[in-house]
Amino acid sequence: MKARWFTPIVFTVTLLVVALALATVTNNYFYTAAYIVLQFIILATAWNILGGLTGYVNFGSAAFFSLGAYSSVVMFSLFKAPVPLAIPVSAAVAGLVGLGAGYLTLRLRGVFFAIATLAMSEVLYTFVVNWDYVGGARGAYIILQDDPPFGFSNHTQYLFTVMALMTAFAIAVARYVETSRLGRGLAAIRDDEVAAECSGVPTLRLKLISTTVSGALMGMSGSTFPYFMQYVEPTSSFSLSYSVNAIAMPLIGGMHSWAGPLIGAILLGTIQQIVQVTVSSAWNLLIVGVLLVVFVTLAPDGIMGWFDHWRARRRRS
Amino acid sequence: MEVTADLLVNALISGILLAGFYAAVSVGIGIAFGMLDVVNIAHPAFIVLGAYVAYIAHEMLGADPIVTAFVLSPAFFVLGLVIYRIYYYAFERHGQESLRSLAFFFGILFITEVVLILSFGVDYRLVNTSYSSTTWRVGFVDFPLRLVVPFAVSLAMTLGLHFYFTRTFFGRSVLAVAQDPLALQLMGVNPRRVKELAFALSIATAGVAGAFLIVIQPVQPALGRVFIGLVFAITVLGGLGSITGTMVGAAILGIAESFTATFFGPSWSPAVSFGLLLAALAFKPTGLLGR
Repeated sequence: MKARWFTPIVFTVTLLVVALALATVTNNYFYTAAYIVLQFIILATAWNILGGLTGYVNFGSAAFFSLGAYSSVVMFSLFKAPVPLAIPVSAAVAGLVGLGAGYLTLRLRGVFFAIATLAMSEVLYTFVVNWDYVGGARGAYIILQDDPPFGFSNHTQYLFTVMALMTAFAIAVARYVETSRLGRGLAAIRDDEVAAECSGVPTLRLKLISTTVSGALMGMSGSTFPYFMQYVEPTSSFSLSYSVNAIAMPLIGGMHSWAGPLIGAILLGTIQQIVQVTVSSAWNLLIVGVLLVVFVTLAPDGIMGWFDHWRARRRRS
Repeated sequence: MEVTADLLVNALISGILLAGFYAAVSVGIGIAFGMLDVVNIAHPAFIVLGAYVAYIAHEMLGADPIVTAFVLSPAFFVLGLVIYRIYYYAFERHGQESLRSLAFFFGILFITEVVLILSFGVDYRLVNTSYSSTTWRVGFVDFPLRLVVPFAVSLAMTLGLHFYFTRTFFGRSVLAVAQDPLALQLMGVNPRRVKELAFALSIATAGVAGAFLIVIQPVQPALGRVFIGLVFAITVLGGLGSITGTMVGAAILGIAESFTATFFGPSWSPAVSFGLLLAALAFKPTGLLGR
């Protein structure tokens, strides 16, 4: 597939699926479940832009997600910001924080970046809990009084559509990063950072670009969350489950291309939605944790790894 | 708020007492991360696990948490052996330590937390020992035994480990293994065996630190995460590969947190560890007493 056809195809497919869903499904639970799965696809895809392509582990996906969500809360409290405005601003805020955290820690060993993102999550959580303007520990409400724009019948369906388009955008970005010069530079960093630096790859700049892009996409996925739920509170938005899922999905799907996180997120996201309804939400977190550990120890290349392996074997015979 | 002398002295004393506990919490990371280069971010989860074990023993048998911890530390030692084996065969042997092993330990952290939530719920658990509510007063300075007992035991444990690592053959081979495993092998020592035992020792200290934790404050399953920033801040700040460094780091962090809690309110204290961690990483990544 030629690179320039990829983006139009992704958007067309997304629009067709969304149109089909809107025309046939009226049950609002479907849209909520689908919204959550789409949110995971963006988080996993965004994580992979840094983690999968360069090998730097971000444990703070929940923090970037919450940065997006709380930027929306602040904008809504200030001037009732509409969704299309909240999305780019939230993405910019999360991207800038990613750039800052990266600038401070990316020059060191990758471990320090990982630890710093984990600790950053805790600290941003502390800030939000102590910040009364966004509701502190009690949380904040976003009550949408106007009818949804563009003739949608309700806000759930409207925000589901927005989320689907953002997902298509995230996948297109991931694919672009992967196939561009940037992506080749990042792959060089993953394989051998010292050798890459010696061959003239501007490693720090590339790492900073991918941290910023990855953070911005995560912030984008969080920006519509308070509008969708109409309520957000720090304990659930900073929940470790976002961070774990964002790592588990690419690892299970496969980290070397944009398709891995997509497969992992659809698979894990759907399983979790089913388990959450049929068993309980604590059990679905346990499943994610166990799958993560099992895959990382036994099948380090994930599902796409099996696929590549199978294709290579077929070519040989 | 008016800053008075007795407020300052009390903040300093409780900071130092807290530092003793922090040394016990981070000495395991000092060993695993600082000496063995195993980035065990699940360490705080084992601390919380230790706290729950001490809690169960106290509920069922009325045993003192700290006594329980030392009695059961062999169990934690064995747990450490098992985890290191898995780590070695899955990652270290292939030289794929970085990304996947981080995800592995993160998964273990998460599983431990969820299992504790499934079995105990998210309520805070507390152990009341005979010394929990006693406070010595010297002049205007408070010495709550709740902090003094863990401080004393932890100081003894950390100093013991310090002498163990600097004075014995095994301890010195642990210090050597991070520098040059091949050279160690040529001296007739199996580097994997050394790392395995040292890692197990680090998990055993986590179990003991867990007992201190439940004596000091109520515990709930997700508490481990709060300590991740803390333990790494202490280890990095003090310098990797040095237990004295860990103690210095613990002292800085304990005092800084105690002052923050006294003058800005306890809800801000988690921000201190992260601030210090970032500052350490940005300005002096080798730490104060690094090798």
